Amino acid sequence: MNLVAALACGILFGVGLAMSGMTDIERVIGFFDVFGDWDPSLAFVMGGGLLISLPFFQLVQPKLKRPVIGDIFRMPTRTDIDTRLVGGAALFGIGWGVVGLCPGPVIAALAHLDVDIIWVTLSMLAGMLVADQIDRLLDAGKASRA
Amino acid sequence: MTTLHPFLISLFGGFCIGIAAVLMMVLLGRIAGITGIIFQSMTAPASNLWAIAFVVGLPVGALLFHSLSGTPVPAFDVPLPMIIAGGFLVGLGTRLGSGCTSGHGICGLGRLSARSIVAVCTFMLFAFLTVFLRLHGGIV
Repeated sequence: MNLVAALACGILFGVGLAMSGMTDIERVIGFFDVFGDWDPSLAFVMGGGLLISLPFFQLVQPKLKRPVIGDIFRMPTRTDIDTRLVGGAALFGIGWGVVGLCPGPVIAALAHLDVDIIWVTLSMLAGMLVADQIDRLLDAGKASRA
Repeated sequence: MTTLHPFLISLFGGFCIGIAAVLMMVLLGRIAGITGIIFQSMTAPASNLWAIAFVVGLPVGALLFHSLSGTPVPAFDVPLPMIIAGGFLVGLGTRLGSGCTSGHGICGLGRLSARSIVAVCTFMLFAFLTVFLRLHGGIV
């Protein structure tokens, strides 16, 4: 049951990514090219998403006891703003500006059946694995200092 | 479909993404953070079959949209070195920074998480700077 639900959510998310233009690098780069030929349309994607998610997380979810399938809501608990958060976000921003796709659209664009998208995917997965190793090293360093 | 203004189509796409993120929380109790979901489905697939199902759904959804709407798939014309470098940085940065446009953007901003607000402002700023340097700064 949870597989069907997750698949359905993934499909709806994928429809949204393709419909919104997030898989179109010309529009992504156009969105960030504020001082050039600016294409503001992708602001409506985040806007549309937040019109749904903000009222849900602020007003609806606090009233819910548990998810329909599964036992608990798994919410992020960290509140600290550290170098890893900011540095990681900066590196991601640079990568996004270079390749024009963020992680969801990379995977969704596999539907384009373009070999280059497979290269983006593999490079991204490699980056995630390297980050995981860096995480471990940093955590080990922190533990040994503590 | 083609008669609608692009802003409106993007808005509807955003609605789909927002509804999918809400459904993930209501149904499975999980944040629809693509970076985390991809990572879990790659490193511990056996115990995260739901994550694999979600990841598989993304291209299926994109395919569905393009075939039903008749909108051609967008071109992706990026030189290979930039593909490798950019893709690697996207993976590295989203994992180190605990999230991307979905987890920090749609979900984190929706939760009014301070970490996510900082992350979103940071990656938007750096993407903007990168594109500025690429298109107007005389480097690649």
